[in-house]
Amino acid sequence: MTTIQEAVPRERAAVRREALYFAVRNGKLMTGLTIVLALLLLGLIGPLFVAAAPNEYSVKAMSPPTGEHWFGTTTFGQDIFAQFVHGLRATFAVGVVGGGIAAVIGMVVGFVAGYVGGLVDEVLNMLTNIVLVIPSLAVLLIVNAYLGIRSVAVQGLFIGLTQWPWAARAIRAQTFSLRTREFVDLARMSGSGTGRIIAREIAPNMSSYLFMTFILLFGGSVLIASSLDFIGLGPTEGVSLGLMLQNANQWSALQLGMWWWFVPPGAAITAIVGALYVANVGLDEVFNPKLRET
Amino acid sequence: MMLRLDHVTKVFRIGAFGGRTVTAVKDVSFDVAPGEVVSLIGESGSGKSTLGRLILGLSRATGGTITFDGRPARAGKDYYRDVQGIFQDPFSSFNPVFKADRVFAMIKESYHPGVPEGEWAERVRTALRDVRLNPDQVLGKFPHQLSGGQLQRLLIARALLLEIRLLVADEITSMLDASTRIDVLNLLAELKTRGLGVLYITHDLSLGNYLAERTIVLREGAVVEMGPTGDVFGDPLHPYTRELLSAVPRLHEDWADAEDPGTCLYHERGASGGLLEAAPGHLVACARSKTC
Repeated sequence: MTTIQEAVPRERAAVRREALYFAVRNGKLMTGLTIVLALLLLGLIGPLFVAAAPNEYSVKAMSPPTGEHWFGTTTFGQDIFAQFVHGLRATFAVGVVGGGIAAVIGMVVGFVAGYVGGLVDEVLNMLTNIVLVIPSLAVLLIVNAYLGIRSVAVQGLFIGLTQWPWAARAIRAQTFSLRTREFVDLARMSGSGTGRIIAREIAPNMSSYLFMTFILLFGGSVLIASSLDFIGLGPTEGVSLGLMLQNANQWSALQLGMWWWFVPPGAAITAIVGALYVANVGLDEVFNPKLRET
Repeated sequence: MMLRLDHVTKVFRIGAFGGRTVTAVKDVSFDVAPGEVVSLIGESGSGKSTLGRLILGLSRATGGTITFDGRPARAGKDYYRDVQGIFQDPFSSFNPVFKADRVFAMIKESYHPGVPEGEWAERVRTALRDVRLNPDQVLGKFPHQLSGGQLQRLLIARALLLEIRLLVADEITSMLDASTRIDVLNLLAELKTRGLGVLYITHDLSLGNYLAERTIVLREGAVVEMGPTGDVFGDPLHPYTRELLSAVPRLHEDWADAEDPGTCLYHERGASGGLLEAAPGHLVACARSKTC
């Protein structure tokens, strides 16, 4: 009796508590998050324990992993572990900034276009398509020529500003199909405004989808950043996992058998993106009560 | 009159560039008074649900006006304090990621924020018992864990929690078994005596029509016949109504063409434009063509 009386009014708190209950019991979500958080933690605190600066040269060149150099050294004697932990930081930063900006723009454009429809949709859709067909590499070349990308944050910003269109299109399509459902009308008849309907009726129905969008944008940003680094449009200061891979490639690490140079950054990028994907599958089960029961 | 529809028309634009149009509602005029039940009968695609959505302000009429208490019917918090609707598909009326009883919490948040939690829970339980639901069975469940009939009754209970004056009931008994259906109809009858106006939308000649003072027969978006329920059912003037009332579709025969229209009362009396008032309050459209 009392439990039901309490359950009705405290609906929102109850939903949150319940999601958490299922979240901590979901193996996929926990595994994925653990891997990502472990790498993030390594990136955050690792540099504090590494004495060497990432690009500092030493006499011990081309050394395989040893007790002194955990991940070995490069052709020039740079400590790969130092590069790795600093690179993790840069990679997470560019992923979060790029993916975050793209996800926010994509969600706002997608939700508004899909829900409001009509002329607003036409205009936003046109804008989306224009940005979609602009070759972002060419734009970045021009931007770089005039402004120059010197930091990871600026690189993330530009990636974010050019990456959002496909997310906006996907979210718009989903919103289109959800807004015709009768529970949206019922919410309207319960006195909810447009913003509240989007945030509390439509978005929760695609929460795992939105998270997935962010994950893909995060992964995409990391990969785009690596390619930009390769053609010399990356940040000129510091080091990133992408830069490490490109350096390894440039100095023929594969041909020379220096596996310790390219395996750690490659494995880390794969682990981050892969673990986020596994977490997303778990999150789908947490948010969707129907998947929970099977 | 509480609710008044005046020459309401709804045209949908379809196709890639909105080039083609579909007229869902054609020049419909009627009104609903407090404490009156008006039943709207028509086959699938006749535009009855579209009319319901227009009245609820969920879509905008292309032509004509809909007024409630003299003010235009426009979606908004104040309008929904007076007018509520129940949709025909209970499964899509609930957000699948939330528990079904969230529909009550939403109403409390918007319209009864001051009511103490305990008292509100008691009101919810009372409303549920009114629609013959066991509160312990339906509260705290997800929509997919409940049956269509239970969900439909939750929606009715939701409407009961507001002191509404007009209810647009779109096929509200479609998923209820016979005994529950009677209970819900008796509940409506009781609410009617308390002054609730009901627009009872249905596709068949179910029991619910006998609650109605007036019946409107809709076909392809236009009114073919309307009048006091007794007159329409007892003395149907339009061949379509007669066909509907005989309610025995014959095999190998098209439903619409089953009966020869015979003499057209409308032309006999030399009427033109709009509906012919054959008897006081009993209106009928031309039988020969839909556009006449």
